[in-house]
Amino acid sequence: MAALFAAGVVVFLLWRWWMVPADFGVYGHYRAGALEANRLRPIVYAGQGACLECHADVAEARQSGRHAAVTCETCHGPLGPHARGEDAATPQRPDGGTLCVQCHASIAGRPPVVPQILVEEHAGEERCVTCHSPHAPGF
Amino acid sequence: MEGVEGFIYPNELELQWSVLVVLYPFITGLVAGAFILASLERVFNVEAVKPTYRLALLTALAFLLVAPLPLQLHLGHPERSLQMYLTPHRQSAMAMFGFVYLWYLMVVLVLEIWLDYRREMVLWARASTGATRALYRALTLWSDDIGPGALRVDDRLGKFITILGIPSAFLLHGYVGFIFGSVKANPWWSTPLMPIVFLFSAIVSGIALVMLLYMGVTWLKGVRSDMACLDTIARYLFYAFLVDFSLELLDLVHRIYEADESFRALDFMVHTRLFTSQIVVQIALGTLLPLALLATVQMVALSETVRRRLYAVAGLLTLVGIFAMRWNVVIGGQLFSKSFLGYTTYKMEFATREGLLPALVLLVLPFAILAVLIRLLPPWTRPAAASPAS
Amino acid sequence: MIEDRRTFLAEAGRLLLLTGAAAVAWDHLEAGTPEAAPNYRTTDHWWAMLVDIEKCIGCGACVRACKAENDVPLDAAYSRTWVERYRVDPLDREHPQVDSPNAGFDGFSAIDVPGDGVRVFFVPKLCNHCVDSPCVQVCPVGATFESPDGVVLVDKDYCLGCRYCVQACPYGCRFIDPRTHTADKCSLCYHRITRGLTTACCEVCPTGARQLADLKSPADPIHAFLRTHAVHVLKPQLATGAKVYYHGLDGSVR
Repeated sequence: MAALFAAGVVVFLLWRWWMVPADFGVYGHYRAGALEANRLRPIVYAGQGACLECHADVAEARQSGRHAAVTCETCHGPLGPHARGEDAATPQRPDGGTLCVQCHASIAGRPPVVPQILVEEHAGEERCVTCHSPHAPGF
Repeated sequence: MEGVEGFIYPNELELQWSVLVVLYPFITGLVAGAFILASLERVFNVEAVKPTYRLALLTALAFLLVAPLPLQLHLGHPERSLQMYLTPHRQSAMAMFGFVYLWYLMVVLVLEIWLDYRREMVLWARASTGATRALYRALTLWSDDIGPGALRVDDRLGKFITILGIPSAFLLHGYVGFIFGSVKANPWWSTPLMPIVFLFSAIVSGIALVMLLYMGVTWLKGVRSDMACLDTIARYLFYAFLVDFSLELLDLVHRIYEADESFRALDFMVHTRLFTSQIVVQIALGTLLPLALLATVQMVALSETVRRRLYAVAGLLTLVGIFAMRWNVVIGGQLFSKSFLGYTTYKMEFATREGLLPALVLLVLPFAILAVLIRLLPPWTRPAAASPAS
Repeated sequence: MIEDRRTFLAEAGRLLLLTGAAAVAWDHLEAGTPEAAPNYRTTDHWWAMLVDIEKCIGCGACVRACKAENDVPLDAAYSRTWVERYRVDPLDREHPQVDSPNAGFDGFSAIDVPGDGVRVFFVPKLCNHCVDSPCVQVCPVGATFESPDGVVLVDKDYCLGCRYCVQACPYGCRFIDPRTHTADKCSLCYHRITRGLTTACCEVCPTGARQLADLKSPADPIHAFLRTHAVHVLKPQLATGAKVYYHGLDGSVR
């Protein structure tokens, strides 16, 4: 019986030595490779810096406007592939009639950090971009 | 959202732990309880329960073998489950439980059964031929010495293992309680009483199971079960149940009195979504009624037939009640939102991997295994025919 | 000339907007090869996040951006981040009305004008990247962990899908990815912040309500902010060491 248990322990230790991933325990109780795996995801949002590389003229126009603190991809959506030159097609222009109200419609609980309007009263059927330039929206 | 009342965090819509995770503490609880009943005879020399000693051990083994199966079905990656043995996270109760399980299975249960049966297995090996003989020879690990010296070693070692087994059984199911009781995020689970409540309810369920199996197996074999044995088991069941009930009552009173931030949400849950399973099934039918029946037997002189019937009913109700308790802990703990502002629903499916069907199969499977074990290692043997010394 | 201008702007852009380390990483990015930034040292950073309730307008841009950036299933039951709307009646502060329609993915629609004194506000939620994380504590195999730079991450190739971590998180920020059957949650866009970019949610937040913070970087504005503003964490009584700091958090928020 004792021999059987001893054999069992030895087998277990051998199996463990074989099976435990080599990079386990380097930084803590996890595979060091997991840090790498989490880093190596594709970038979907390029980040404002990437946009300004080619579209610096827009940056200039926006800098003095009230949307200066709003990054490009907030309205234009994720453009990582486009910034990397992967996308063959031109990115879609966001809809200037429906996008703006996501932030600017007056709803309860919205603090006054952005100007807010009651959509029907403000413009009726008119699209926002008819009067407001999205890159320099103030009057 | 369907089935949602109030506000829940978006990720709380679906329950994480299904009926399979309810089954798991139920099964391990039966194991711990059955073993503790067995140890009553061996360690505390309660002669009256001797007829159930081996049956209790075999029951514990049958159920312990099935115990990991609900977990395997529940895991997202069962093929990775052995990682728990390779790189166990020492801070995780679940990881450490893997070793407690292994220890209990190998060192306590298998070893104790082997030591108790070794003499008979040698005799059966000698008395049989062919494949059966090979099987018994293998089971005895090819030992053949059943002289008085060897048997004394068996007995002393067996007693030692049983003594070791009692705290091991406590650890086995106390740990399961700790897995829940240590989760501070969940106030339904988080209490230091959880391991103790789980343990005592396990003892209750295990004793009830062995009592029912003893009555059932003897009935199937056309043999009369020993009444003194049944009376003693029922008495122990009664005592254990009283302790278990007191502990759960203490937890309840404590919660109501302290009324912390979670209390109102939990109270509401118990009165609505958990009403049937907790108030009706667990408390009324599964605890108070069997307690009343067992108390009646203790206080009023009743005929043997009536006592047998009461034991059977009380035993069955007990098992249902303890299962309900596991259900209420596991499922109940996931019905309310951690925002304490809302509730969701458990949608149990039928024929899916974590549905009702596999749960039922897994509940029945240990009995099938037990049937095999009883055939292979009969708990009550007529004296083996004396064979010429080999 | 367009070529000269592009090169000039590229260099200027780099100097102005990206740190030196990230500039090197940018080369990799431009080449389309997202290899790990070679100069990123985990010991130089201790990541946290600042959420300013007084600036959150409930537009939901963060929720949409996170789903896109991290390839999260669109169903609301799988949310790495979400936004809740609270309505707190001063006479009944123990029972705020809270909702999070589709986890805030579509923003919030106009609701009736709240009653007298009822305060309405938005609360973005995400993984708090706790220092004493209960989810890390309970993982049986080490498939979730805190990185040396303070981000709690999941090892998808090691996770068993036992769901213990989901149970242990007091904030409800974890879920099981239905496609991989492993645990998933906000990774603080680890793949971005290790390359000098900010998280997707912070990138698109139009009011700056969400801001990534590096507690080890002397230049990070969070230090000045913490010196002059009071901040809270969620469920402080659980002592999780949460690192998402809320400014302007109401006491009724759970």
